[in-house]
Amino acid sequence: MALRQCAIYGKGGIGKSTTTQNLVSALAEMGKKVLIIGCDPKADSTRLILHAKAQDTIMSLAAEAGSVEDLELEDVLKVGYKGIKCAESGGPEPGVGCAGRGVITAINFLEEEGAYEEDLDFVFYDVLGDVVCGGFAMPIRENKAQEIYIVCSGEMMAMFAANNISKGIVKYATTGSVRLAGLICNSRNTDREDELIMELAAKLGTQMIHFVPRDNIVQRAEIRRMTVIEFDPTCKQANEYRTLAQKIVDNKKFVIPTPIEMEELETLLMEFGLMDVEDESIVGKTAAELDA
Amino acid sequence: MSQTVDDIKAGYPLFLDQDYQDMFAGKRANFEEAPSPEKVRETFEWTTTKEYQEINFSREAVTISPAKACQPLGAVLCALGFENTLPYVHGSQGCVAYFRTYFNRHFKEPIACVSDSMTEDAAVFGGHNNMYQGLENAYALYKPEMIAVSTTCMAEVIGDDISSFVNNAKKEGHIPQDLPVPVAHTPSFVGSHVVGWDNMFEGILRSFTAQAMEGKEVGSNGKINIVPGFETYLGNYRVIKRMLTEMNVPFTMLSDPSEVLDTPADGEYRMYAGGTTQYEVKDAPNAIDTLFLQPWQSIKSKKVVKEMWNQPTTSVVYPLGLAGTDNFLMTVSELTGKPIPDSLTVERGRLVDMMTDSHPWLHGKKFALWGDGDFVIGMARFLMELGAEPTHLLCANANKKWEKELQKVLDASPYGASAKIYVGKDLWHMRSLVFTDRPDFMIGNSYGKFIQRDTKALDPAREVPLIRIGFPIFDRHHLHRSTTLGYEGAMQILTTLVNAVLEQLDNETSELGKTDYNYDLVR
Repeated sequence: MALRQCAIYGKGGIGKSTTTQNLVSALAEMGKKVLIIGCDPKADSTRLILHAKAQDTIMSLAAEAGSVEDLELEDVLKVGYKGIKCAESGGPEPGVGCAGRGVITAINFLEEEGAYEEDLDFVFYDVLGDVVCGGFAMPIRENKAQEIYIVCSGEMMAMFAANNISKGIVKYATTGSVRLAGLICNSRNTDREDELIMELAAKLGTQMIHFVPRDNIVQRAEIRRMTVIEFDPTCKQANEYRTLAQKIVDNKKFVIPTPIEMEELETLLMEFGLMDVEDESIVGKTAAELDA
Repeated sequence: MSQTVDDIKAGYPLFLDQDYQDMFAGKRANFEEAPSPEKVRETFEWTTTKEYQEINFSREAVTISPAKACQPLGAVLCALGFENTLPYVHGSQGCVAYFRTYFNRHFKEPIACVSDSMTEDAAVFGGHNNMYQGLENAYALYKPEMIAVSTTCMAEVIGDDISSFVNNAKKEGHIPQDLPVPVAHTPSFVGSHVVGWDNMFEGILRSFTAQAMEGKEVGSNGKINIVPGFETYLGNYRVIKRMLTEMNVPFTMLSDPSEVLDTPADGEYRMYAGGTTQYEVKDAPNAIDTLFLQPWQSIKSKKVVKEMWNQPTTSVVYPLGLAGTDNFLMTVSELTGKPIPDSLTVERGRLVDMMTDSHPWLHGKKFALWGDGDFVIGMARFLMELGAEPTHLLCANANKKWEKELQKVLDASPYGASAKIYVGKDLWHMRSLVFTDRPDFMIGNSYGKFIQRDTKALDPAREVPLIRIGFPIFDRHHLHRSTTLGYEGAMQILTTLVNAVLEQLDNETSELGKTDYNYDLVR
């Protein structure tokens, strides 16, 4: 099987890292060889696989060694649950430096040192929530991730983010081979959430590849720094991730997304009662004025 | 103080005039608050001691007088070696002004190279608009047949995806679809000029051959490809071509700036001249093999040739000196089945004759040496062939593997016994070494002249002369046209070295009635 490179994007806090690690564990369980690359200065993309607080990141090791050229692949690549390979790009403390450059440096390093040359089936990039600069688009540049999955939920901001990320993908898709491969709905138990995300997916020209229901066992496993696949392989939630994994393995629907205008998105949210119909008459009115 | 038209003086000797001297003295006395000359002298002398060397070598956070330049500089040189090609640097303007002046000063030639002048807004919003306009303007104004894009730090920090920018520029019609625009990411805060050369070269190889490997067959054109690497001696391009021509070996020099960097003054400005053609690059995968003359700086492109072109990439050493040239010629002969012609055998014999003639003067002479990795290895090998002793070998842009390789070369000769290798150090480190373990000469670029000045300041009798071989050479003319490779290059280096020794001996023995008993006419 040819190497498939996938990037996971989505609003901050939506559960990208948790979803990615559970999904990857399910893939590993199937016998797939997977590499996860965390592209977030928080460096929490591999902790459930490695049972670690936070893996030593490429950038922190490079800073220690003097330069990234002084690092060896084995310094930065750790192996966790079922042989899953893990690397974290790392980056600066909030408010200083340039995290985007960290992602670029880390991915270049892994490429040059031959991290991708092993007989891998999948590479997953777990990318910081907001694609704030060119560095965070590194995983979707030419010859890197070609499938993008967006994790979202039926909340307004998560959907805004999904639409924005789709806009970003269009920019790269028109010249390269990067495609939107689907929305992963990580449920927040909002009303008609599945319908809403399916509707959004249809508008974006893609699919809701899987609806992952909410289950506290995910958090219980996380406290133990484990995925549910490892913590309790027999539980219902583990099967959800297995289904998601299988769907990704079988996925053939790769599209250039058709992001929608703000108004269209707002209309959709109003239809589902997530947003009130805007009342122009109250704009700019103070409480006193409204009471009057 | 005023100059007159009939007698215009340059800064030197003008500032020696009494009025200037008085002004300097007044400035020093009234405004500078400088430490006393005694204190300055004391501190200067302290910087030449072993004690200071230890402090100097434990330096962590500062580089003083680096013995390397930055990536895009190498990318520009690489691009200049292709026919009708405009080097284009995506990033800020000042960087490109630096590349142009750096090469101007070395080659004494105009350097055609453009920038898309990224400013604050481009840093915030991304540099794509600069690139669209820049490519469009550069194409319209300078009519290149290829634009070779490299980047500066600024574009790299914000993560501009230049290959998609180029594709978009074509799609939106800023430049024609079929204009070749190879790209290379060349952040200056990683690697050095030699890495930049390699990156740009890799970009060019990929751009012409990655999508066109069908029908390519190793050996089908019967040629040998030569990759010079970051090579600033124009004579080296010429000597390699001459030797291969004498061997009757068809070849392609992949990147050859020897014309554009040496254009005649005949009233016509040539923005482009000579260089490797696009056809030659496209045809290069059909060659028997590709020889990288500077293997330590060709890591990435060598991989492309090996993995994409499936060529053996037979190893050669930098063909500097006798054994280095032998190795190169014999490798070419083995690969092509062409014998080494008498003309080269005779040339080799002449070199050996010269080496034996000069051997008494060079034997045991100690040389400190710095430069790019392949040059340092080649030069060290040649020095030992001459019976000279390389003592301090410094390369700013090398790694541990390189160090091991050089150590092997040194271990193979008794003349290498006292040599020490310094990786990742700068010329301020070299200065300490020259003071505490004095060599007879230094070999390196122009920046070494300041070390020479300081050795003279400490003790005129123990001045360490600099022999200028390397890059850049700003303060001597036309040395870039000479040759350091092949038997011819070895002859030129040998001539330079032995005459430096004799010149020095004359200096030391020219004192009337004191040392001139050895001020000989015949040496």
